[in-house]
Amino acid sequence: MTPLPAPADYSEKIPNNVDLHEDRRLQRALESWQPNFLTWWESMGPTLPTEDVYLRTAVNVGREGWAHFGHVAMRDYRWGIFLAERDRDRRIAFGQHRGEPVWQKVPGEYRADLRRLIVIQGDTEPASVEQQRNLGATAPSLYDMRNLFQVNVEEGRHLWAMVYLLHAYFGREGREEAEELLHRNSGSEESPRILGAFNEETPDWLSFFMFTYFTDRDGKYQLGTLKESAFDPLSRTCEFMLKEESHHMFVGTTGVDRVVERTAQLMLEHDTDDVGGLGGIPLNVIQKYLNFHYSVSLDLFGSETSTNVANYFTAGLKGRWSEERRRDDHRLTDDSIMVDAVVDGRIGQTEVSALVGLNSDLRREYIRDCQNGVNRWNRILEEAGLPQRLRLPHTAFNRRVGAFSGIEVTPEGEVLPAEEWERRKGAWLPTDVDKTHVRSLMRPVHERGKIAAWIAPPRQGINGKPFDYDYVHLA
Amino acid sequence: MSVEHELTVGMVTGEGSMTITAGASGAPEDVRPQEDPGPRSAVGFQTHPSRYRHWHLSVEGPIATLTMDVDEQGGLVPGYELKLNSYDLGVDIELYDAVQRLRFEHPEVRTVVVTGGKEKVFCAGANIRMLAASTHAWKVNFCKFTNETRNAMEDASAHSGQTYLAALNGTASGGGYELALACEHIMLVDDRSSAVSLPELPLLGVLPGTGGLTRVVDKRHVRRDLADYFSTRSEGVGGRKAVQWRLVDEVVPRPRWEETVAERAAEFARTSPRPQDATGVALTPLDRTRTADRVSYRHVTAVLDRDRGCAEITVTGPDAEPPRTVAGVHEQGARFWTLAVTRELDDLILDLRTNETELGTWVLRTKGDPALVLAYDALLLDHAGDWLVNEIVLYLKRTLKRLDVTSRSIIALIEPGSCFAGSLLEPALAADRSYQLSGVFEEGDPAAEPATVTVGPMNLGPLPMGNGLTRLGTRFWGDADALAAATANAGEALEAEDAERLGLVTFAPDDIDWADEVRMAIEERASFSPDALTGLEANYRFAGPETVETKIFGRLAAWQNWIFYRPNASGPDGALRKFGTGQRADFDKKRV
Ligand SMILES: [Fe+2]
Ligand SMILES: [Fe+2]
Repeated sequence: MTPLPAPADYSEKIPNNVDLHEDRRLQRALESWQPNFLTWWESMGPTLPTEDVYLRTAVNVGREGWAHFGHVAMRDYRWGIFLAERDRDRRIAFGQHRGEPVWQKVPGEYRADLRRLIVIQGDTEPASVEQQRNLGATAPSLYDMRNLFQVNVEEGRHLWAMVYLLHAYFGREGREEAEELLHRNSGSEESPRILGAFNEETPDWLSFFMFTYFTDRDGKYQLGTLKESAFDPLSRTCEFMLKEESHHMFVGTTGVDRVVERTAQLMLEHDTDDVGGLGGIPLNVIQKYLNFHYSVSLDLFGSETSTNVANYFTAGLKGRWSEERRRDDHRLTDDSIMVDAVVDGRIGQTEVSALVGLNSDLRREYIRDCQNGVNRWNRILEEAGLPQRLRLPHTAFNRRVGAFSGIEVTPEGEVLPAEEWERRKGAWLPTDVDKTHVRSLMRPVHERGKIAAWIAPPRQGINGKPFDYDYVHLA
Repeated sequence: MSVEHELTVGMVTGEGSMTITAGASGAPEDVRPQEDPGPRSAVGFQTHPSRYRHWHLSVEGPIATLTMDVDEQGGLVPGYELKLNSYDLGVDIELYDAVQRLRFEHPEVRTVVVTGGKEKVFCAGANIRMLAASTHAWKVNFCKFTNETRNAMEDASAHSGQTYLAALNGTASGGGYELALACEHIMLVDDRSSAVSLPELPLLGVLPGTGGLTRVVDKRHVRRDLADYFSTRSEGVGGRKAVQWRLVDEVVPRPRWEETVAERAAEFARTSPRPQDATGVALTPLDRTRTADRVSYRHVTAVLDRDRGCAEITVTGPDAEPPRTVAGVHEQGARFWTLAVTRELDDLILDLRTNETELGTWVLRTKGDPALVLAYDALLLDHAGDWLVNEIVLYLKRTLKRLDVTSRSIIALIEPGSCFAGSLLEPALAADRSYQLSGVFEEGDPAAEPATVTVGPMNLGPLPMGNGLTRLGTRFWGDADALAAATANAGEALEAEDAERLGLVTFAPDDIDWADEVRMAIEERASFSPDALTGLEANYRFAGPETVETKIFGRLAAWQNWIFYRPNASGPDGALRKFGTGQRADFDKKRV
């Protein structure tokens, strides 16, 4: 194990803008945590042995500093601690403390709630690394492999970011929670990750692209609400993480783009919808994967109503998406909102107080955002002259959390009896046959400039480098 | 803010013209809990027999007589008259003072006769109009204090050789009979009309709140069905039946009354172990100043932090070696450190409880040399047979018990330079939580010795809680190994890691974590429901067996406080509100 560097070395080994070199508490906490993190990375991180990878490292929060490129051994990646610049005049934008200066320390009153929010967010970061650990072996190109590893190290850095908050602001209990973040593991029987969706392995690259498009986007919206927090260090941490998160979604968006593009090519070249036999992924399989990842991600927003989230809002811990751009009183004590509900066995809506309906508000923002990607993929189909279109399934489709968890619904929103759902769901969700086919396509292409047959090459490489650049040196 | 007037009872009820309005806003019949009535002067607990307004204390040889003769116009707060020898907090403050002085200033007194100065009536209990006009918090605090005084009387009978004898020269009802129940022997005049009674339930729809229900069965062994009948019968029971049922020990015809009381008092005096020719120790006035944000004495200070809702209390250890002999203790008298610090702590507890209800957390620190504290303890324990030493240790015990029943969160902070050893470890053991600094503060004196705690002989028996166990025994209830381990380390100055491992402190943060851990603990405490905290603490502080005391402070007080709050007692048609109007209460008949 690599011992933590001597004090003078801190800023070099752990790039940061939190004055780590003079923060004894943080140094002490990291001294015991950092070796455990490396052990975790070795045992739960990417399985494919590599020499080095062309990675972006954030070395400061400035325009130049946050995207510093070079080949590095992943183990020596400089996971840093960065918060967005502090705004000294920042005030609380919502809830009962609206208008008061933001907090630089955790108020004792909210310690437990804030800790819980940070732990839940923090738990998802290493979880996705664990879920994706075997994908390197089947990468369709060195370019894609590099993107995977970039996402992985950044999820690792997001873990660091949450651990920083726990270490710096939550004392002994914070250190214990930080330790636990390394001991829960995705898919583990004894100590699984907190959220169900993060306990499924990401089995193939289509799933990976869908995950980074839909599930990382959930992360974006969660971070967006925490960015509004009255607890300023949390707010600033999340603001910086959002920058990196947008790159993860870029990987998802363009990944799906390229799959659709390749499928469209094959369909046109061979004048058939069934491109499976031609080494491609049929459009209807792409749609099924989309259906699955979208509906599972909707579940991550929780129930339509939540008193916890209402309390978080009132207390100032967690705001709404774009809180400051909203035109209302930012307290919501007298407002109401319509939320999804099953009314007499049918899909409907019911009115609840705006505070308890905040989960629904956030999910709506998310759904609107998801539609953009779908439009983009459809443009590719349109430009190819194909009449087929992808679309988001109905909100009630395949839900296991919230109002619709008790009913079965087609992607069009038609309520089905349970037996009929069982009989027909293979038309809407990936079947074993679909999955086996997709997995059969996952043959690694580790040669520079080459790419697997089921996906089109990217339009551009990374950081101005060409597609055939040596993004990864395998061990 | 300027220095507030410290009001002794004498000033309040005597020549002083200050008005105290605590708990008295609103009309007397408005018995719903009141809002805090706003700025007011602090109630003080220091007084002197020369200033008593409601009691006469006379001493003749080994017999003292405490005669209750309440001044109707002498209520602590305007708005009610103290008719029929009924009492309020002011009356009870005098009683407490008398009980204390009898022990320290009168080593010759072996029997204390408690009697009444009115015709036909001994005492009618707590004043109903006063109760009706008080805030809930005031009532609860008042009951707690009166209970503590009655326990102190029993403590004197049991451990000081100063036996309390109730000479009921007329009817003793409610709190009046409960006062008698705190005495060891109850004599009732037999004039065919005087009786003892607990009329709270039938007349007022509440309970007798100063231990009556508990003592009737647990102490006097009145059969429970007879006790039930007695407590629903507003006129009570007198004469021979009262003796048969064990409600009193004897009834005496009026012609033979004085002679029999004197005889009985002399009998009790004969069996007392109190010394023959000892000289008492004067309880001189405390050296005390009170400002808006600080109460300070010679050895104790409290900083009142209203923003954070806490009082930061610092107790200072002795600044010199103890006297070499027990004679030196007598010579120092009220200046002797243990006695002085106990009196100050006692007064502070009573002050903060009564006057600072919004300071919900008490943060306790000590300052001084642990070795000196242990030396004082050793001196006391080596001379346990000396009457004054005995009184000092008993007084310390009673004062620590006040902490146990205080409805405030108590957090002990054990920092370098502190002296949590022996008798001064007890406050930390009484605390709901304790934090001991591991190592030293880097920004303070880096050469300072780390904070330690030391278990001493004082922690192993002489200072039991109300449940009869030591605080260590209660802390490790059901864990004999842990208790043995803590005991085996007696005499060791334990640094944080060891103290934490032995379970003597809750947490042992180091310099890096200290400030934040402590800050968050206090802030978090301040954010919780004060009522729920009171309930939580009261439950956790008293592990182990029940005693009369724990039943009174736990069971009886909790029921009483609940009943007081219910509409059937304090609602517009409740019994308390209808009392004295000639109308009947209209009860909601549902059992809860
Ligand atoms: Fe992330
Ligand atoms: Fe991400």
